[in-house]
Amino acid sequence: MCLGIPMKIVQLESCDRGVVDLDGALSTVNLSLVETPQEGEYVIVHAGYAIEKLDTKEADARIEMFEDLERLYSP
Amino acid sequence: MKYISKFRNLGASRVLAEQIQDLASRIEHVDQPVQIMEVCGTHTMAIGRHGIRNVLPAEVELLSGPGCPVCVTDSGYIDAAIELAEKGVVLATFGDMLYVPGSELSLAQSRSLGASVEVCYSPAEAVDIAIQNPDDEIVFLAVGFETTAPAVVSIVQMAQEQNVSNLSLLVAFKLVPPALEALMADPEVRIDAFLCPAHVSAIIGCEPYEAVVRKHHVPCVVAGFEPLDILLGIRGILQQLVDKSPSVENQYNRVVRHSGNKRAQQLMDRYLEPADVDWRGLGCIPESGLRLRQQFADYDAIHRFGISIPHGSYDPRCLCGDVIKGRVKPTQCPLFKDVCTPENPIGPCMVSEEGTCAAYYKYS
Amino acid sequence: MGEEHIQLAHGGGGRLSNELIKGEILPRFGEGTLAALPDAASLVTPCSHLVFSTDSFVVQPLEFPGGNIGHLAVHGTVNDVAVAGGQPKWLSLALIIEDGLPMVILRRILDSIRDAAANCHVQIVTGDTKVVPRGQCDGLYINTSGIGVAYPGMDLSAHRIRPGDHILASGNIGDHGAAVMTARNNIQFSGEVASDTAPVSPLVEASLRWASHIRFMRDPTRGGLAAILNEIASGESFGFMLEEEKLPVSGTTNAICEMLGFDVLHLPSEGRLVMVCDSAVSASILEAWQSLPTGAEACLIGEVTEEAGRVVLETTTGGHRMVDVPRGELLPRIC
Repeated sequence: MCLGIPMKIVQLESCDRGVVDLDGALSTVNLSLVETPQEGEYVIVHAGYAIEKLDTKEADARIEMFEDLERLYSP
Repeated sequence: MKYISKFRNLGASRVLAEQIQDLASRIEHVDQPVQIMEVCGTHTMAIGRHGIRNVLPAEVELLSGPGCPVCVTDSGYIDAAIELAEKGVVLATFGDMLYVPGSELSLAQSRSLGASVEVCYSPAEAVDIAIQNPDDEIVFLAVGFETTAPAVVSIVQMAQEQNVSNLSLLVAFKLVPPALEALMADPEVRIDAFLCPAHVSAIIGCEPYEAVVRKHHVPCVVAGFEPLDILLGIRGILQQLVDKSPSVENQYNRVVRHSGNKRAQQLMDRYLEPADVDWRGLGCIPESGLRLRQQFADYDAIHRFGISIPHGSYDPRCLCGDVIKGRVKPTQCPLFKDVCTPENPIGPCMVSEEGTCAAYYKYS
Repeated sequence: MGEEHIQLAHGGGGRLSNELIKGEILPRFGEGTLAALPDAASLVTPCSHLVFSTDSFVVQPLEFPGGNIGHLAVHGTVNDVAVAGGQPKWLSLALIIEDGLPMVILRRILDSIRDAAANCHVQIVTGDTKVVPRGQCDGLYINTSGIGVAYPGMDLSAHRIRPGDHILASGNIGDHGAAVMTARNNIQFSGEVASDTAPVSPLVEASLRWASHIRFMRDPTRGGLAAILNEIASGESFGFMLEEEKLPVSGTTNAICEMLGFDVLHLPSEGRLVMVCDSAVSASILEAWQSLPTGAEACLIGEVTEEAGRVVLETTTGGHRMVDVPRGELLPRIC
């Protein structure tokens, strides 16, 4: 159980509410479960709540690794 | 979308599949497929949705465990919710619960007969419904694992802060680590490794899996829900099996911290306490669920309305319990596809879209 | 005097009914045969082959990003006629209005019906208005029936579909479903997704040059692409293979699906055309569509297979999965 997707905080409305964005889909979510949310940060949104921050450095490193893997692929 | 789309890629997935194949062939003295159980229903759904099974070699078999809250929620909770709805309360819940059969009716059927059932994407909507309808009693049917529990109990906090007195919870939360332990303790179950849930782990961290590894020597690898995450998780498991060094491994470290989300843990701890609960198919597991602490009894629908949770009744032919334990495949159930279909589900594994039977029905 | 509302008497056949018809209906639709308010329209056609369809519209909310129930009422029936191979000509319009509907909303919707009909080159030739007590309908229900004149040279039938045929989509799928979801007030989305409601008849007309090579057409409304493809393949000796990579889906609609746990193949579109045609002409048809404003994102999305009755998706990860028929009620999921 537990759909959750990374969305970017585009506007903080208060310390525990903010607007997040994913490709033009904007949603107001509860930010009370994450430590000091900042605009520009990514959070994992589950059932209208940010449940954790996304570490973009780790995510980018993973993406780079996948791109390396893809280069090994010959159809 | 970058942080979603970049985790779905044909080339990388083919290369990972080859590496998985290679590792699978190097595991010593294995004459039957490696059985990896994903305990999270969202993994089950993702595996189906992205067609992961037919990317994997035959030596690797994925079992879908008890990670779908809909599947393991005793139908008694549905019966209790319907009883409350019949008494005139407004029942709010997640869309996932609507078609789950109780002993006689589902919430959708009860709605057709006049019950007031509101579908919420977020539990916070239940607070709004309560404020907008001050003359009604609102009950939120709260199913879920550790991921969802903090969000749901936060509405108790909101209700306290905003003096909302017409909102309560019917709580049916469950915990993942005790279920892993119960599965491993069952002599009839053979599991070689666990693919551990992504977002449950975001809340509880990786530490709770250490005990499972120590005691049962099976790899526990936390993986994200995107297809490449899942393949990486499986690759990690096979590598551990080849090296014969089972451990807890975090392949979702862009989200999961070792100790989890402290704020969420504190919130849960403040409002909830462990409870022995019944799991459909697994039976009663000690301290495997959560209930509201005594001091919040006003927000507990069971106390508030003086109801009890009846024992649900099931079709004895239904093999959902064995399916959840990974002992049989859905296709081995005599009801599968002939009698039990998503339109007319007999067991809960067919009801939930992420249920193992529904996933098999839908994707294979 | 406050805001004007529909009252029960607007449907009672008396003075208020007259006011409604003369004040709101005739000024918008009274130029042709409707002017004299006959009990039935009298239509003259030299054609011996007509296409006839009917559809009812009960969407909530009545107004959503990109359109309203009025647009749907015209486009829905026009599209049903068009995909059955008819050039839409005449529509009937029946309104069932709930007591208390603000007049300003009714006027906006009637304006949309007028504009959409003009845009589709169809005439509203007969109609009816009823008002029901509060609680007996949800604001406004509309039924439209449409008559079209069969396009020459078309022979549309699922039985003509052969393995190897191509499946074309005229544009992004699911935008209407996503728009309606965002507009339902208990889901707080304010993304820019707008309904795709539009007539598909220009797309059908653009492909007439290749009429004999067109096997079948549908507009993927309720149940989305998944429902129509399963419906077409059901009981037949062929199946469909879709390629996820090629499916045209707008970024925002995709995002809404990821968030709420929807399968985009289940979301309805209200202005898209899905066509099965001989592979030899698919490139030409796509080129013709792409030159139209509603066909800019048209593309090839898959092909017909020999797997009887099966609709399969090849995923971006290279896996295969069955595409099933949706349960029927789109519900946001957390699992």
